[in-house]
Amino acid sequence: MRAARPLAAAIAGAALAALLLGTPIARATGGYVDGELANPALQARYEHITHRLRCLVCQNETVADSDAELAAELRAEVRQMLLAGKTDAQIYRFMKDRYGEFVLYDPPVDAKTVFIWGAPFAFLLIGGIVVYRIVRARSKMPLDEEPDTGPTP
Amino acid sequence: MWKYLLPVIAFVGLLVLFAIGLNPKRDLHYLPSPLIGKPAPEFTLTDVLDPNRTVSNRSLAGHVYVFNVWATWCEACREEQHTLLEIAQQHVVPILGLDWNDDRARAQEWLRELGDPYSGVGFDQNGRVAINWGVYGAPETYLVDRKGRIVFKHIAPMTMQVWNREFLPRIEAARRGGA
Repeated sequence: MRAARPLAAAIAGAALAALLLGTPIARATGGYVDGELANPALQARYEHITHRLRCLVCQNETVADSDAELAAELRAEVRQMLLAGKTDAQIYRFMKDRYGEFVLYDPPVDAKTVFIWGAPFAFLLIGGIVVYRIVRARSKMPLDEEPDTGPTP
Repeated sequence: MWKYLLPVIAFVGLLVLFAIGLNPKRDLHYLPSPLIGKPAPEFTLTDVLDPNRTVSNRSLAGHVYVFNVWATWCEACREEQHTLLEIAQQHVVPILGLDWNDDRARAQEWLRELGDPYSGVGFDQNGRVAINWGVYGAPETYLVDRKGRIVFKHIAPMTMQVWNREFLPRIEAARRGGA
């Protein structure tokens, strides 16, 4: 009984894992490879780029993190372009041409995105002005009485 | 004056922002394709029905055609299949198919079972062609004009309403336009 339990649990666990993972594994072996690139410099660029591309299926995940099949294919695409000697800019361009600016986690500053990039600074400026005016107004207020030091024993 | 007006303006601004952002009808997954108006990417793939034959959109150069991306793992594709068959029976334009990331045997069975509205279906096993077309979810349906440019993209199952409202007028225009 005592020995059987962990065994049963292990079997159940393995079965569950097989059930959960079976399909993705079967699909992942379809037509592309995932794994470290032999050249460490290329691997570093690969990591950098895939963390800056948005997976279009699960839109809050990067291409690097997503389990979606499209993300795996885009990783394969990035890998091949790196091996073909493409520059980072060319790779980002390739993605942008097909999926639009949305695919880039760091969209370039242009007429459409200037508000997004500028908004934090604009709000900082507005907040600064508000604080400045409040502080200045208060510093001009007369002190109404001596500060209360409390009863002395 | 400004002291009282500014919060009101800010509040109205927030209301507008929320009205847009929280609108339940807004489709968060809708992304405008950057490929509209651009040349449709050329491809040549094996025919899903016969691996010894090829399917290419080059043979449709100079023609208006519809390009439909589907797969057997895509439930919504099953939904739109009868619409595609109905459209094919109108004989207005050829429908070129792309079987995306799929299993060939399953795809063949699908076409046998549900019917085949396509002039040809390319078998895109590793999704390379789909990437070139900026596909990110099936079903997707594109309209390509005579000059080989993508005129329109519909992301969601095809319906007769969408066909009559979005596609037919554009097909007419594409026919009148490019010689």
